[in-house]
Order: sequence, then C-alpha cells, then structure tokens
Amino acid sequence: MVRGRQGEFHVHARSPHQPSAMSSALRLRDPAAAPRLLLAVCVIVLLWPGFSLTEFDPAALFEERSRGIIVKFVGTFFPLETSPEFLGLVLKSTYETLAIATAGMAFAILIGWPLALIVTRSLSISRIGPGPGRVHGSLIRLPARFVLMFFRSIPEIVWALLFVRAVGLGPAAGVLAIGVTYGGMLGKVYSEILESNDTRPATALLETGGGRIAAFCYGMWPVALPELVSYSVYRWECAVRASVIMGFVGAGGLGQQMELSMRMLNGGEVSTILLTFLLLVVMADGVSALLRKVTA
Amino acid sequence: MSLSFQKVSLEYANGVRAVHRIDCEIRRGERVAIIGPSGAGKTSLLRMLATALRPSSGTIEVLDTDPWRLDRRGLRQLRSRIGMVHQAPPIPPRQRVVTAVLAGRLGQWPAWKSLASLVYPLDIPGAERMLERMEIADKLFERCDQLSGGQLQRVGVARVLYQQPDLILTDEPVSAVDPALSDRVVGELNRDAIERGVTLVASLHAVDLALHRFPRIIGLRAGEIIFDLPPVRVSDSMLAELYASESRTVPTQDNQPLETVLAGVRRRSMFS
Repeated sequence: MVRGRQGEFHVHARSPHQPSAMSSALRLRDPAAAPRLLLAVCVIVLLWPGFSLTEFDPAALFEERSRGIIVKFVGTFFPLETSPEFLGLVLKSTYETLAIATAGMAFAILIGWPLALIVTRSLSISRIGPGPGRVHGSLIRLPARFVLMFFRSIPEIVWALLFVRAVGLGPAAGVLAIGVTYGGMLGKVYSEILESNDTRPATALLETGGGRIAAFCYGMWPVALPELVSYSVYRWECAVRASVIMGFVGAGGLGQQMELSMRMLNGGEVSTILLTFLLLVVMADGVSALLRKVTA
Repeated sequence: MSLSFQKVSLEYANGVRAVHRIDCEIRRGERVAIIGPSGAGKTSLLRMLATALRPSSGTIEVLDTDPWRLDRRGLRQLRSRIGMVHQAPPIPPRQRVVTAVLAGRLGQWPAWKSLASLVYPLDIPGAERMLERMEIADKLFERCDQLSGGQLQRVGVARVLYQQPDLILTDEPVSAVDPALSDRVVGELNRDAIERGVTLVASLHAVDLALHRFPRIIGLRAGEIIFDLPPVRVSDSMLAELYASESRTVPTQDNQPLETVLAGVRRRSMFS
C-alpha cells in the first residue's frame, strides 16, 4: 500500500512535464499489475522443476498394470475385522490415542502460548513511537522465534524416538513428542492469527499504559477467539493422526495396534482401525463447528 | 504549562509531511478544539500528544514531561494518565460493554486485577455510572456488536471517563452520533474536564460545536497552525479561508454545510 502511494506521487510529480493525454494514461494504469504478473511468472517457473524432479505423472495412475495392483491392494482390506475381542482392543487403543492427543495438545498449548505472546509484534510496547526498550525487546523475541522453529523443525517421530529412550516405551513418550512439536507450530500460528486480526484494540490499550498480558486479554482474545479455537481443534485432529505414526515406534495407542496388524498382514484389521480414524476426524469436525458457534 | 510543542514536525515513512514546525502551548485545565479540513494533521497532532507517534523533529512535552526521554516504566505511567477517544472506537465486537468500559483502567490496575476482572467484572457500579452519563446504561451487559455506531462511540467515551485521565484527547468523538447527542457527549467531556481540572484537546469536524463548546480554537491546515484564538475572535472569513481547499462551505453538525461566502457562518443557537 505504501509502495502504491509512493508510485502515485511519483507519477504526479512528473506529470506537468508531459503531454496531458500521456500522463493521464500513465496515471490511470493500475500500478499493481506489473508486480502481480511478475509474481505469477515466478510461481510457474518455481513449480516446474518441482514437478519434473518428482516425476509427477498423473497418467501413470490409470495404466493397466498399476490399476490392477491398486485394486489388489485395496482388496486385502476387506472384509473388515469385526470380532468382539478385536473391537474391544480397538476401543481401548482409541481411548489411549485420544488421551495421547489431548494430553499432548494441552502440553503443546502450555509451550506455544507464552512463546506466541512473546513473538507477537503487535503486543510490543516499545514498537509504539518507537520508544525505549526496543533492543531489549528484539533480544527476547529473536531467541523465542528460534525456539519455536527448533521445536517444529524436528518431526514428531524423531522426538518420539528420543523420548521413548528417555521415558521408556508407552504413551508418555507420545505425549511429550506431540507437546514439543505442536508447541512450536501453535506458537507460530497463534502469533500469526493474532497479527492478521484487528490489532487496533490491543494497540489502543498499550497506548493508554496497559500491560502486554492485559492488552492481549482485553484487546486480542475477544477478536481472535473463534479462529484460535478452530485452529487448535484442527491441530488436535492432527495430533490424533500423529499419535498413530508414533505408535509405530512404540508410543502406544491405535498406532501400535495398527503396526501389529500390518506386520501380521491382516488387511481387515487395518481397515477397521482406519475406519476408527475416520470417525475420530468426523467427531473433531463436529467439535470444531460446535466450539466456533459457541465462541462466535 | 501542561502541553507544549516546540518546532515540532512529523513526517511519515512514505514521505508525507503531516505536521510542519508547530509551536504551541496548552496549560493545565485548558479546553482546546482543533478544527481544519481533512488531511490537515489533526489526528497526527493528537497522536503525538497521546505519545503514540514520535515527532520527526522538535520537542514535545506532555503533562510537563518529554515522553521520549522517559524509561519504559515512566512512559507507561505517563500513558496511563492520557485518555484517548478514537474516531473508530478500538473495541473488539465480541466484548461486552461493561468489560470495554472497565478496560479504561488497565494502565492503573495491576495485572492480577485486570485478569480477575475478566472472570467477574470488578467495578460494575463504576462502569454503569459512566454509561449513565452517556445515556446508554441499559447496554451494560450487552455485547458491543449489538450496538449502533453512535452507541459504540459513546462506549469509547465512557471508557475514557472511567479512566479519569489527566489529559483527555478526543479524535472526532462524535462523528457517528446525531447532533443533539453529540452536543451532549462533547458537553459531558467538557464537564468532566472542568470538574477535575484536567486538560481537554479535541479535534472536531463540526465547526459550530467547536465554537460553542470550547474556549480556545486552533485552526490547522496543511500541518500548520493558521489561527489560535478564543471563539469570539474567530471570524467567518478565517473559517472560509481555513476550509477553502476543501469546499466553499464550512462543515457543521447537521451535515448540511452552510454557505459562508455571503451569509457568513450561521452560528446555530444551541440549547443549554
């Protein structure tokens, strides 16, 4: 926006020295058109090597040979395993998975929130003016950003392997792994949500001497609440799925069950577990919609 | 002396010059209206007084201190003594009116009290009293997105009244309120300033309201002070010249600008 305004000024200043028809044609041209075109070209140029490098060819999916393989593979998933003792086992594992995901998210929020509040620039008091303490502020913000990046740059499965060694096989390792990785993601996205919403209420409170936390609670929380809630529920849904992968390395839950079934090449059991996941996602979607309605 | 500008200029990052070498002094307890066409620098001037913007050059004193020489704690304390009524009230739509009003004291309350007040509003009678003065006490527990633009603007005024600042700044406080009510709102701000002996600086779009309610008028155009006089000495030709760039009329309260060229400003006889 600033650039656009400068552009207009530039043309404005030049216009007296040019024929009026020409200058008005210049003035009326959309100054954003050229950058937009350039951006579009850049996107295409960058995407091209990506597709060619990965040998991406959708037609291969529909070739005679691969079609047969797909049908055969999917066929092993039926019929579903519905014996009562297996369903009982799935139920128990589901319960464990939900517990891992929920406890992991609680831990992640505990890590992510404070870091998000530190990183959010709109909650910086020294930014106004700018006033005293700017160096001090960026000295804290920078390491906080780095901690967030570090936490989320290492995949949860690696964290899980680490924690399985530290606290032993079982769900506790899964909780810790989700807490750390998702803490990093939540911190980043929470702060981006806060920045992209209306920051004027919080700024106005800072400008009348309010503290950071008070400005957040009175000026940002009510603005961004539904978005924060729906993102958190979505992340919880992701945590359910992530707990599966970590089950493969011994962190308990449905994942461990799935690993056993896969190792025994029992497709029916695998598809029963997959169906359970579908139900969990449907449930998460419902919870998200409900919470959005409540907080709207 | 309470507020002062000494050769103060303000230039934005995009090169726009908002305020140019202004000298001005406003003593404690004075009530000043700033008028002028849009883009004259009224908001920039107020935001500098609110310590929200730092002058590009020159020195500014707010409540007898240079805000930009204070440390962090001192600046926060100074800011908690300044109240600003914004043109567009910066209040989250989902917030309840009572919370929005109590937020006026966030600069004075310790953090635990601010947080406790979110669990249960700590000073409901206090908030109600201020809303009473704005004639919207019945909206106490309603959500702000249920209010009309004018009602929301009055919530913003009630917040500043509740804050009880030593310096009241208002940026077009009544742009969304109808004439009779806006007279009442501006009157209430004046009454508060007189009762507590604090300074009031208001930018106003409606010239008649400014002339009627304020003992000192500053005319601002293109970032410079054109005149600084008591209302009786502000002549029609001065007003016509002030707004010459905008139109041939001087803006007034009922949004029906009056011709000034021949008839002069018809100074509405105001009630009270």
